[in-house]
Amino acid sequence: MTVKFSKDHEWIKLEGRDVAVVGITDYAQHALGDLVFIELPKVGATYNKGAHFAVVESVKTAAEVYTPVTGEVVAVNNVLENDFDLLKSDTEGWIAKFRITNTDELNGLMDEAAYKGYLKTVE
Amino acid sequence: MRYLPLTKNDRTEMLAKIGVTSVADFYKGLPVTDHFDLPDHQGELEVERFMVNLANRNRAASDGPFFLGAGVYHHHIPSTVDYIIQRSEFLTSYTPYQPEMAQGTLQVIFEFQTMIANLTGQDVANASMYDGATSCAEAALMAMRLTGREKVTLGTELNPQYRDVLESYIGKDNIVDTADETVAAIIVQSPDFFGTPHSYASWKAKADAVGAKLVVVITEIVSLGLLPAPTEADIVCGEAQSIGIPMSFGGPHLGFFACKQDYLRQMPGRLCGETVDADGRRGFVLTLSTREQHIRREKATSNICTNQGLCALAFTVHMALLGEDGLKTLARLNHERACALADELSNIKGVRVMNENFFNEFVVEFESSAKEVVMKLAAQNIIPGLRLDDHRLLMAVTEMVSEEDIKTFVRVLGE
Amino acid sequence: MEQNTIDASRALNYEEPLLWEHEQADGGGVDFPAPKNTSLRTGQPAREKIGLANLKEPQVLRHFVRLSTKNFSIDHGFFPLGSCTMKHNPRLNEKMARLSGFANIHPLQPACTSQGALELMYELQSWLGELTGLHGVCLTPAAGAHGELAGLMTIKRAHELNGQSHRKVILCPDSAHGTNPATAAMCGYELRVIPTKETGCVTLENFKAALGDGKDVAGMMVTNPNTCGLFETEIAACAKLLHEAGGYFYCDGANFNALVGNVKPADFGVDVMHINLHKTFSTPHGGGGPGSGPICVAETLKPYLPVPCVVKTEEGYKLETIDDRPTSFGKLKGFQGQFGMFVRALTYMMSHGREGLKQVSEDAVLNANYIQASLGGDYHVPFANRTCMHECLLTDKIQKEAGVTTIDIAKTLVEYGIHPMTVYFPLVVQGAMLIEPTETESKETIDRFIAVMKKIASDTRAGETGQFHENPISTPRRRLDEVRAARQPVLKAGS
Repeated sequence: MTVKFSKDHEWIKLEGRDVAVVGITDYAQHALGDLVFIELPKVGATYNKGAHFAVVESVKTAAEVYTPVTGEVVAVNNVLENDFDLLKSDTEGWIAKFRITNTDELNGLMDEAAYKGYLKTVE
Repeated sequence: MRYLPLTKNDRTEMLAKIGVTSVADFYKGLPVTDHFDLPDHQGELEVERFMVNLANRNRAASDGPFFLGAGVYHHHIPSTVDYIIQRSEFLTSYTPYQPEMAQGTLQVIFEFQTMIANLTGQDVANASMYDGATSCAEAALMAMRLTGREKVTLGTELNPQYRDVLESYIGKDNIVDTADETVAAIIVQSPDFFGTPHSYASWKAKADAVGAKLVVVITEIVSLGLLPAPTEADIVCGEAQSIGIPMSFGGPHLGFFACKQDYLRQMPGRLCGETVDADGRRGFVLTLSTREQHIRREKATSNICTNQGLCALAFTVHMALLGEDGLKTLARLNHERACALADELSNIKGVRVMNENFFNEFVVEFESSAKEVVMKLAAQNIIPGLRLDDHRLLMAVTEMVSEEDIKTFVRVLGE
Repeated sequence: MEQNTIDASRALNYEEPLLWEHEQADGGGVDFPAPKNTSLRTGQPAREKIGLANLKEPQVLRHFVRLSTKNFSIDHGFFPLGSCTMKHNPRLNEKMARLSGFANIHPLQPACTSQGALELMYELQSWLGELTGLHGVCLTPAAGAHGELAGLMTIKRAHELNGQSHRKVILCPDSAHGTNPATAAMCGYELRVIPTKETGCVTLENFKAALGDGKDVAGMMVTNPNTCGLFETEIAACAKLLHEAGGYFYCDGANFNALVGNVKPADFGVDVMHINLHKTFSTPHGGGGPGSGPICVAETLKPYLPVPCVVKTEEGYKLETIDDRPTSFGKLKGFQGQFGMFVRALTYMMSHGREGLKQVSEDAVLNANYIQASLGGDYHVPFANRTCMHECLLTDKIQKEAGVTTIDIAKTLVEYGIHPMTVYFPLVVQGAMLIEPTETESKETIDRFIAVMKKIASDTRAGETGQFHENPISTPRRRLDEVRAARQPVLKAGS
């Protein structure tokens, strides 16, 4: 599955049949500036689509990270707590992995071209 | 009018630049009114006369023997303190949001935080709170955030002012009698409202047993010069007015707030941290602001904006003058004065000091009517303390109480 | 961290270490009679190490004097922080607050021994009531944010006692100061936002949309003039609808300097308002406090005010207790408020009088409009179609195209010996610069500010912007690493 994007600047990718990996896009990271703290979810916690499951903080902002899908957290990228730059990485830059029940939820998200177009409309 | 520098010419020029005919244009469409039933302006002479007249109608603590405490204490302030807090750069500066031009304020806050953390035996302290009562309420709220629970219980007798404020903040029904798994914190004031110091280890054990936090409240910070530090506590809060700050009829005072490192992100109030500047030199900035209202808005740890800046400075200067040895000596003197009064009272029939242990405050019980005792003493210009009920008086004895004061008190009591 | 003080200190610019880093003296800077060291009756072991520095008086004095020289202040120069009202702090205020009869009295002394203090509070209550048109005044809140809390709790109590506890929503414009939503959340209210982006103001239309049928609305929180420096022209109409729906109008009084002595908030529908004595009424900012935030309420809300207020009885002045007024929601602060600030504020009010205060707001508004008119050609003015009140709003829209942002402009002002204006607030506008000159500045000072701002704009146009990103370079410290401070918090010495 290719990567998909949400309006709140999260990216999401399917691993296997029912595990979704979620991170935040370069645009979001650039807007925040240097990160100083990440509040990560706990493994086992469940979230509905659209709920916030993590918080990323820079000096001047605290931004919520919303899950584009409903699911249970099965993995958390704890290394991030000590290395924020990891978020920029293509392979290691994920925040959490969710076991999802409804793959249809992915259909409403943007593909890369659509997201790029969307970014042009955002100030 | 002496504070308003614009001249008539200035105003004409400015209005012309703006392109309006008069100042009234700026208020067009607004409900402007002339009906203010207030006097005209007055010069310094007249205002001073009025204020001095009001001030003279109050009986100041130093006007006679004075034994009132109950959360606000009469202590000596060295003269240096006032000279520092009156300096323009401290008095008329703002919150240090532009750190490059506020390193003075920031370093003072850093030193204040250090002093409070060391005094309370905790890992971190914030830049101060409004007062002891609100810092206690904020401690309860923080314990509730940490545990996800809604209730608190009181371990020892809490100052009634603090209790009232706590009720307003968390709701009367959320202060319960027993420590169980619904309780976010056990709140322990020490010395308690009646003056008795407590040890903390057993309270910590009780809190741990139910998964609650131990919140220690200190209303007389001088006690930390003689009593053990509350290192067992999760949060230590209270009032620091005793050091550097006049009683001033109840405010402004100086709340303080300290806790363990783990709870840092849930702390209310401002924090000052060390860092470096572009040249690699050490400097200080307000930090971890993402807890605060100007960033988190409705998700902030509190709605606090101001701290008590100038009062924190006064405390820091006074504590710097006292030093390690001075604070310990001051605390001992307070305790010895209290012992001296207690000894005298033990010789008087019908009068009993109820406390087995105390620091500088204790409860005195009278066989006769405490109300009449107080009236008799008041007639001799003695303020004997806080009357608790028909038979009990709460008396504070600080280094400001002289041997003469004690003799006078005892003599009038005996009459 | 090693501090090499021989090389670093220059002329009057001292590198001043922490108290603990000085050579320690053998004892402190206060002399006491020797304690007798009799046995303790505390029931506890004696305190061991505390961790305080030991220094003598000359060293302590020098330490703090040197630190003070690193601060900018109102007494130094122009301090145009929007919504902070950095006006001159009269020294008579300080002298009066230090009178022994005010400084050395205890809040719990019998009322007969503090009638002068109680009368002063009563007088202040009267002045505030007269200036706002809201005669129910409680002086106890410790600061503006605390006043907001008091105001919302008063509203909450009113609804509670009138069977309206189901009202859980507070309406609030998106331009509000962060304390507003934080306070609403503390009271358990849910916020419903009124958008204001197009005009900077609350329109009746947007208000109606947010209000709905009003059945779940407890009230609205609005700053007026608002955080864009504009008077909310439609607010009285909104207040009328709100009242009809059973809600209360809370006005954030941070910007009262635009209205004092000219407009009574009661006359545009306000039910409860907090006043910042440290803004409008000149009590000093002290590097971050103490403040004082009394609230003034309309007749309908008087019963629910916190305790205590000062009342006048046949026996004289006294402080109310909760038994005197059981409809109150209770106490919000220990004792009766920031009395030391009451003395200062009343001294200020009496010094100005009725006509003086009117002139205060008029001069404040004139100064702000003069700045807006003078800089409108060089900077983007988001709401240029109208005059402003006591503060004007600019943005970095024009300068941004050359890579110069609000923060660069702010830091360059520092280099010119001017404290920056409020930056990046309000949030409804990008790159905001909120400028509040106040009425205590001379035209000379304001003209210099305008000249400096014009120079920054012209330097930007000419491409001479290299130093902007480095500024300030002449201050005791250059730009500080805030990321490091947040990532590796070091919050006390020796950690």
